[in-house]
Amino acid sequence: MEDMKYEDVNGDSKESRLKYHDGSERTVLVTDIEIPYPEGRLIVSSTDQNGVMTHVNKSFVEMSGFTKEELIGQPHCILRHPDMPPAAFKDLWDKVQAGERWQGYVKNLRKDGAYYWVYATVIANIRDGKVKGYTSVRRKPSRKKIQECIELYPTLF
Amino acid sequence: MTYQFTVSPDFGPSHIAGWQIFNTWMQQQLSESIHFEIYNSFEEQRQAILDDSIDLIYANPYDAATLVRDKGFTAIARPSNKSVEAIIAVNSESDFKSVEDLKPGIKLASTDSPDVHMMGMIMLEPANLKAENVELTKCGSYVLVAKQLLRGTCDAGFFLEEAYHDLSPMVRNQMHTLVSSEIQIIQHVLLVGPALANRKDDIIKAIVSMNDDPKARGVLESLGIASTEIMEQEDIEFMIDLMDALVD
Repeated sequence: MEDMKYEDVNGDSKESRLKYHDGSERTVLVTDIEIPYPEGRLIVSSTDQNGVMTHVNKSFVEMSGFTKEELIGQPHCILRHPDMPPAAFKDLWDKVQAGERWQGYVKNLRKDGAYYWVYATVIANIRDGKVKGYTSVRRKPSRKKIQECIELYPTLF
Repeated sequence: MTYQFTVSPDFGPSHIAGWQIFNTWMQQQLSESIHFEIYNSFEEQRQAILDDSIDLIYANPYDAATLVRDKGFTAIARPSNKSVEAIIAVNSESDFKSVEDLKPGIKLASTDSPDVHMMGMIMLEPANLKAENVELTKCGSYVLVAKQLLRGTCDAGFFLEEAYHDLSPMVRNQMHTLVSSEIQIIQHVLLVGPALANRKDDIIKAIVSMNDDPKARGVLESLGIASTEIMEQEDIEFMIDLMDALVD
């Protein structure tokens, strides 16, 4: 994945270096701007077994700030916000690879450096008894739960 | 042999005559005897599914998982550009102006339509509401849900969007919509069961031809369906995965 570009970012940003599970690294630029979750929508995406995006719905595209073409073929962790503890994603992968569903509150990073909170459910797509990929469905979280995560997540690094 | 066709019980009486015509038309296309059975509730229909009494079904998305993964049904078609959407409404004179205004302990009116109820409960999550902290009144129809709101016996109600807009303007004007879903991906689906699976290609051919035949298109229009599109098995598997992800 390419580093984020200053020309894509809106507002004052802070730079952060993220390390991913496969050992790769990327510089991300984050702002303090929160984008509210759109009412009544579901944000849906699917990946292959390696977490590379194969499907994104319209709400996903709109909230991410990327185009559909920019997203398909990219690793899902393109949305990872540096405020998210790596332990949360380890738990996610451990669970879904074992065929269990994972649910949790996630702060996602947009292309423009802003962020949005979601309540995500991730499940394995099982076809003929084999895991073919993963689907994630996000819905609007409550502010109370977001506040709990804002307090908890910094303690998990 | 006489096969059995049924439709999701969430279709109101205004659509039943259309489904009857659809069934007659399908029998002519396949030269098969197919009985059209209407179930009064989702519970009755689920029992019929478990008893292997159904061969062709226009199914509620909520039941697709059982039909496809447990009972070996395969996908035929879905309506183009028509998805199941839900509305949460309140009495227009109430103090509730957004979902977040609803508090634990509220009285909620809903129907036995499982997809609409599920979507309604999801849209209540931002207010920290769940099955355990709401008081649920199950109603036999969306008109009865509206009555609960107008009488003030319930604080909020779940509606199928289509049914909400079918309510009389006088009733609708006394309610206020807090939120409407825009999920777009949850749809009713036409599925064929194992006993009729050997005619799947003929059923698909018949469905495709409906879009081009003015008479058949009239049947679809009476069902509120502008046109149909053929579904690949992966399409239905994907929708079932989504439903799985949404059902707690």
